[in-house]
Amino acid sequence: MTSIKKPLVDKHLPKNRQGLTLRDYEGVASTLCAGCGHDSITAAFVKAFHELDLEPHRAAKVSGIGCSSKTTAYFLGQSSGINTVHGRMPSVATGAAAVNPDLHYIGVSGDGDSLSIGLGQFAHAIRRNLDMLYVIENNGVYGLTKGQFSASADIGTRAKYGEVNEQSPIDPVRLALTLGATFVARSFSGDKEQLVPLIKAGLMHRGFAVIDVVSPCVTFNDHAGSTKSYAHTYKYYHPVVHADFVPEEMEITADYAAGEAITIPVHSGGEVVLRKTPDSHDPRDRDAAFDLLKDLDGPEIPTGLIYIDESRPEMGEMNNIPETPLNAIDHSKLCPGSDKLKELMDGYS
Amino acid sequence: MGMKPTDTSDPEYFLKVVDCQHACPAHTPVPDYIRLIAQGRYTDAYMMNRRSNVFPGILGRVCDRPCEPACRRTRVEDEPVAICRLKRVAADHRDEVKHLMPDVMPKNGKKIALIGAGPASLTVANDLAPLGYDCTIFEALEKPGGLMISNIPSFRLPEKVLDDEIGYILDMGVKLKTGHWIDSMKSLLDEDYDAVFVGSGAPKGKDLSLPGRDEASDNIHIGIEWLESVAFDHIEEIGKKVLIIGVGNTAMDCCRTSLRLGSDSVKVMARKPREFFKASPWELKDAEHENVEIIVNHSPKAFVTENGKLTGMTFELMEYQLDDTGRITDTKVTGETTIPCDDVILAIGQDNAFPWIERDIGMEFDKWETPVVDKTTFESTRKGVFFGGDAAFGPLNIIWAVEHGHQAAISIHKHCMDEDVTDRLPRGLNLETAKMGPNEWSYSNDYDDDARSDMPEVDLVERFKTLDVEVELGFTAEQVKTEVERCLNCDLQTIFTAPACIECDACIDICPVNCLTIAENGEEADLRTRLSAPAENLDQALYISADLPNTARVMVKDEDLCLHCGLCAERCPSAAWDMQKSTIFLPHADDERAAIASRRAAE
Repeated sequence: MTSIKKPLVDKHLPKNRQGLTLRDYEGVASTLCAGCGHDSITAAFVKAFHELDLEPHRAAKVSGIGCSSKTTAYFLGQSSGINTVHGRMPSVATGAAAVNPDLHYIGVSGDGDSLSIGLGQFAHAIRRNLDMLYVIENNGVYGLTKGQFSASADIGTRAKYGEVNEQSPIDPVRLALTLGATFVARSFSGDKEQLVPLIKAGLMHRGFAVIDVVSPCVTFNDHAGSTKSYAHTYKYYHPVVHADFVPEEMEITADYAAGEAITIPVHSGGEVVLRKTPDSHDPRDRDAAFDLLKDLDGPEIPTGLIYIDESRPEMGEMNNIPETPLNAIDHSKLCPGSDKLKELMDGYS
Repeated sequence: MGMKPTDTSDPEYFLKVVDCQHACPAHTPVPDYIRLIAQGRYTDAYMMNRRSNVFPGILGRVCDRPCEPACRRTRVEDEPVAICRLKRVAADHRDEVKHLMPDVMPKNGKKIALIGAGPASLTVANDLAPLGYDCTIFEALEKPGGLMISNIPSFRLPEKVLDDEIGYILDMGVKLKTGHWIDSMKSLLDEDYDAVFVGSGAPKGKDLSLPGRDEASDNIHIGIEWLESVAFDHIEEIGKKVLIIGVGNTAMDCCRTSLRLGSDSVKVMARKPREFFKASPWELKDAEHENVEIIVNHSPKAFVTENGKLTGMTFELMEYQLDDTGRITDTKVTGETTIPCDDVILAIGQDNAFPWIERDIGMEFDKWETPVVDKTTFESTRKGVFFGGDAAFGPLNIIWAVEHGHQAAISIHKHCMDEDVTDRLPRGLNLETAKMGPNEWSYSNDYDDDARSDMPEVDLVERFKTLDVEVELGFTAEQVKTEVERCLNCDLQTIFTAPACIECDACIDICPVNCLTIAENGEEADLRTRLSAPAENLDQALYISADLPNTARVMVKDEDLCLHCGLCAERCPSAAWDMQKSTIFLPHADDERAAIASRRAAE
């Protein structure tokens, strides 16, 4: 933790359409270890929300328990948030999204919170296609309890004090694809050029958007022999597709040669624009996504937007949940009274 | 391809980062002495100042303050740190310092003549007397100080302050001959001096030859001559209505002095619009605060007289067309007006004048009749004759005169030791970590958002009672406390060690002013556009690291807005960033003496 608060000096900073600078999207000072990947992801959230011109109080931040789950306090300080029971964030998010679909739901979780204690919750949130952005800050260890292997640790990876992992890892990307997730991506805390557009696209996606972000634990998993260290990730990091998010008011002009860009309109407005890479992965093709992950077995870490499907209904649509938040619906409608209840009951007689 | 890693061993690089010190002609280590003031070590702060600028009490009041417009704080917010005022705090609150003055070495048998007892000559004497030189200063006026006493009114600079600081120098055994006008360089050179220093200033005030000038001459005064007459009590009053022609700092002193000699309506007449004024903004503000009217776009045309006495002045009304860069592209006269007055003071500039230097003694003069002087050594084309202050390159200011004096003293010492005057000690740099413990630094690194303090002043009635009521009172204790914390400690440098970097982005994310980026290297113009915040201030350097270990990218720091808060170093997990105190070694004559002595001892 730093000895002083980050000073507020913003005279020179550009303002977005809300008239706000980046600094208006920050939260309280981080208490994580210096150099934690999670802090970079926090900065990416700040940047994405600012670039999307969203109002900084229009998010709901939900998280479970763990180093990653603490970070919701460090961005969008004007939005509400809740730290839930360990691994139970998806349930709380489901309830919140059901009563107020008007907010941008941001779930921040870790490999422990999502892949061990909360694996069942994670799987069912995908099935429901809950309309939220779900970011797994994945470092392969339980940092808060001093560095035991988590369920995402690769076979053969070495712990800080020498132990080697023999258990097979759970890959959240493959798992999410298998379960039918509609937006699946992987990124790296050290590459904001990739991560920020993915966060923007994930926020604007209709349905459950999961981004698995390799986020090195600088204290317990950043040594030689680790497969989640900064050095290892930089070495084997492999972007297979570059996705930009372009809001609907903006024209797609920059950087794309004619005929090269694939555009995917998203439900909330705007488009995901794919730039070709040597691998030319098309994330609209689910089979190709599986192949991509299979073919790149080995130390390579495929990153980018792996899969996107904008056609599936999200939870609210599937369940006829009103789009108006419950707190904005007139009480007489929410609670029609005993006459209506009698009418209903009479219907069964 | 791309930019080369920054050479952090280059003293010039870090000197430039300390904007105030860089802008100061004498390179006073401003953040250093501000920290001493913050600790209540006023005497130490005074002596540190004195080493660089010799006259902290004087300059703490009347310096031209090139440091303040340069202050980094002006880029972060609007107002610079009140550096000049803090210098005065050190001077006001110092203890007795006489015993801290340099010891005077035994006489070395060399005799130096110094012409004019202004800041340049006094600085030369200050640097050379302790080394054993026999220095004699010749001064035409009755008191030493040069323009500091003759032109700066005592309500801005009390005589006591001058006496004290000039006294420290004279007490080192410097001989002062007042009322002694040197009228021939040739005969001075015939005497047995080993070197001659000319610090005689730019004593010739410009005149304005317009119709009526001769007829009205009793009531038309040359600004610097008039101020001198006031300073030496030869003039004690002026008419009720006074016009000042010109709008530089001398004009400001003339108008405020007029108010104290009985005038009740003073107008400063400017030919051009306000953005072209030569006066320092704070001097303009002080004059206007005393209800001096500054009238723009009036070009003097004629003096109006009645029965041989001045009654007014006629001006042409001007209109200017400016281009986008603020330059005048067209001038138009739109009319004419006459403004009644009793006296006119001309403050439209001054020139060097050397009627007393013969032109056949091996000293070259240029086409403006000023001597050819080397910009580094301050030597004229005649060996052993040196120039400094306004006498060297025309009117500048006190702090430049001091720096000229320091450099000329080095040259005089080298000359007297039969050494090459151009072979001078290089500047040096010391970097020392400021780390005292985990996230603990040897300086106050937190950013303080307090606004600049205003100088408390004597009220608008009391100050006019006598000419020597000092208007500015000096900062209060509370003001000192907040003002010192406004300093950003720009000499606490961010030092980066590329091999230690793991490229976690922590420093980039925490930097409050977005001055850090990890990027592919490239040419400077291109790189400047690809940073976290575009580096648009081309006056400020980019700090480029060696290639980073993981990706061969480079760490780039835009020096422009850095707060020197140390958060990058606090957030760095691998100590790739460190805060290090930079101290720039700026050689003076005593350093040159020590270097020559040790070299000769070794030989």
